Amino acid sequence: MSERTFVGGIHPGYFKESTSGIPIAPAKAPSQVIIPLQQNIGAPCEAIVKVGDEVKMGQKIGEPKGFVSAPIHASVSGKVSKIEPFNHPMGTQVLAVFIENDGQDTPDEGMKPNKSLEELTPEEIKAISKEAGLVGMGGATFPTHVKLSPPPEIQIDTVIINGAECEPFLTADHRLMLERADDIVFGLQAFMKALGATRGIIGIEDNKPDAISSVRKAVAESSGDYNIEVHPLHTKYPQGAEKMLIKATTGREVPPGALPMAVNVVNQNTGTAIAMAEAIKLGKPLYERVVTVTGPGIKKPGNLLVRNGTLIRDIIEQCGGLTSDARKLVLGGPMMGLAQPTDEIPAIKGTSGVLVLTEEFVKEQPIASCIKCGKCVEVCPMNLLPSFIGAASEKKVYDLAEKYGAMDCFECGCCTYTCPAKRPLVQWIRIAKGAIAASRKK
Amino acid sequence: MDRKLVVSSSPHIKSPETIRSIMIDVLVALFPVALMAVFLFGFRALATMIIAMVAAMATEAIILRRKNLFGDGSAAVTGLLLAMTLPPAPPWWVVVIGSVVAIGVGKHIYGGLGNNIFNPALVGRAVLFVSWSTHVAGNVWIKPVPFGFTADAVTQASPLVTYDASLGDLFIGTVSGALGETSALALIIGAIWLFYRGHIDWRIPGSFIGIVFILGLFDGGLYMGLYHVLAGGVMLGALFMATDMVTSPVTPAGKLIFGLGCGIVTMAIRMFGGMPEGVTFGILLMNGLTPLIDNMTLPKKFGEVKKSA
Repeated sequence: MSERTFVGGIHPGYFKESTSGIPIAPAKAPSQVIIPLQQNIGAPCEAIVKVGDEVKMGQKIGEPKGFVSAPIHASVSGKVSKIEPFNHPMGTQVLAVFIENDGQDTPDEGMKPNKSLEELTPEEIKAISKEAGLVGMGGATFPTHVKLSPPPEIQIDTVIINGAECEPFLTADHRLMLERADDIVFGLQAFMKALGATRGIIGIEDNKPDAISSVRKAVAESSGDYNIEVHPLHTKYPQGAEKMLIKATTGREVPPGALPMAVNVVNQNTGTAIAMAEAIKLGKPLYERVVTVTGPGIKKPGNLLVRNGTLIRDIIEQCGGLTSDARKLVLGGPMMGLAQPTDEIPAIKGTSGVLVLTEEFVKEQPIASCIKCGKCVEVCPMNLLPSFIGAASEKKVYDLAEKYGAMDCFECGCCTYTCPAKRPLVQWIRIAKGAIAASRKK
Repeated sequence: MDRKLVVSSSPHIKSPETIRSIMIDVLVALFPVALMAVFLFGFRALATMIIAMVAAMATEAIILRRKNLFGDGSAAVTGLLLAMTLPPAPPWWVVVIGSVVAIGVGKHIYGGLGNNIFNPALVGRAVLFVSWSTHVAGNVWIKPVPFGFTADAVTQASPLVTYDASLGDLFIGTVSGALGETSALALIIGAIWLFYRGHIDWRIPGSFIGIVFILGLFDGGLYMGLYHVLAGGVMLGALFMATDMVTSPVTPAGKLIFGLGCGIVTMAIRMFGGMPEGVTFGILLMNGLTPLIDNMTLPKKFGEVKKSA
């Protein structure tokens, strides 16, 4: 079998104990949801409702403006009160639909079961995934129907479900694998059928043995003629990065700058697989998701099923509120998540975690000179020279940064985590990537 | 929201390791070597080490106008490493000059830790070697007297001049030589700690020691191969000097080339040069080539196909 891991990576503390044993609970629907019209990588949506409209739960409210985009649906029933720009987790202001919740959760008529998976054609599965607004729920939010529509010259042979959940603190995928394993397998089968793939793989880090056995059981009990394997993976960050996951499960290396389809693979997140299953079985669009609310700054951590557009403030309140020493709010995990300046931010399709860190995590450490220990080179999963890129970027010599591999960095953060001189390498690399991309456009 | 939140670029967690913790690890690794030096050469070796460390730390504190003598610990490491390359009991002022040169000229002229091109301790030793050679080379090698902590100093010729020491004595360290270089055993114990802590990898010591052994074979078979590895400064140089992070390559292939270069120059000086020992200049020469080596050995990116030959 393949080697089940990759070269490089780090072993940070995982901090998962506080929520990995807590079953998923539905969060209280807020009295108002604020749903941004940009929830995926690619083009934003256009509002197809007006202020004053009554909407139903699951009703489409945002229509995509391009191919690489996915529609957006109401997460409650009620009345549209405003459509105006609001805070977005990416740090910008984005047009958002404000809906006053009538508390009825009246479902949209469009939400009804589709044909069985056996009867659906690949084209129908793609159409369902698009209409349901599916995006990659690991955080990157790439529209699922685009991944399911490779160019005709590429035949995808393998679909990989990412159950690695290598980000410390996060346990949403872990809980889903324990509680919803049958839907994960169903979703994978749908992806395989849509792509004509002959092999399905579910990769799970071996620090979640209960998830591995739960998913294995679901695979054994699943119906249909699909070749699905469960791969326990070495527990190491960033095992869940798509290129690392593909390497660990298939042995294939995605070339620099290319997408997984270049090696005939499509990756999907566990949450996305479940959303696919719900879209087929129930006709349910993606308007709620599981969010891990955790960190030392949260009084009662847990895994909540959260409606799209719920403010982070409301979510935190339901988890007992913040501790007195809470100092940093991160959406996503601690390695790649985005720090937020306020809790007046809506949860969206890509919000995998609400992480609140305390004083001890935000201590400022002075930046020293690089001592060329090479530890960043050892841990870089892309085999780049982070210290060299960082130093070049610090001096604004961006062509040199590019030579050392800046554009191949996917910002996993291993180098910054590891650096004993506490140099903000990823930050410098991001700056270099921005500058290089800008100069290429010229 | 009634409180201010800290916003910064990811990642939001950091490894507890710092430059200071690495330097403390190096000091811990040098502890068995220092212990062995005192055991073999007496308290005079302890005095040499303390003088070198204090002088190095004081020099750095003055240059940086810093009140904390220890700081990030790198000056203490440099001072101790310098002492390791000196005879057990040179005059105190020679030791002080060595430390001042190591820290001042070897390190801070370039902008301090991380920016220096050459291993500071070896810069200090090289300057002493060419300026006060009668105090640090020649008839200065004290005969080891195990447990003779206050025994009289009797000098004898270095095993790199006589070539008649037993391999066992060379391994344990019961031969004359620089105070930290004679005991391969103590050096290996210390290096294991650095390996375990992830501060050095096998490539530089492996290629350095390996090429010295192979070239030694041509100088007189298996015995001479082992003799060249165990005698003189090869073990200290390969395990503690050539592996200095700042002055050695970061690329895996670069580390191998660097180690090979150190070993080849060392052996060229020993076998064909005018000096009995060549480790210092072997490493210093390769230090100078380090930026070039790094740039010539950029690793293949993940997923990159090797260009066909």
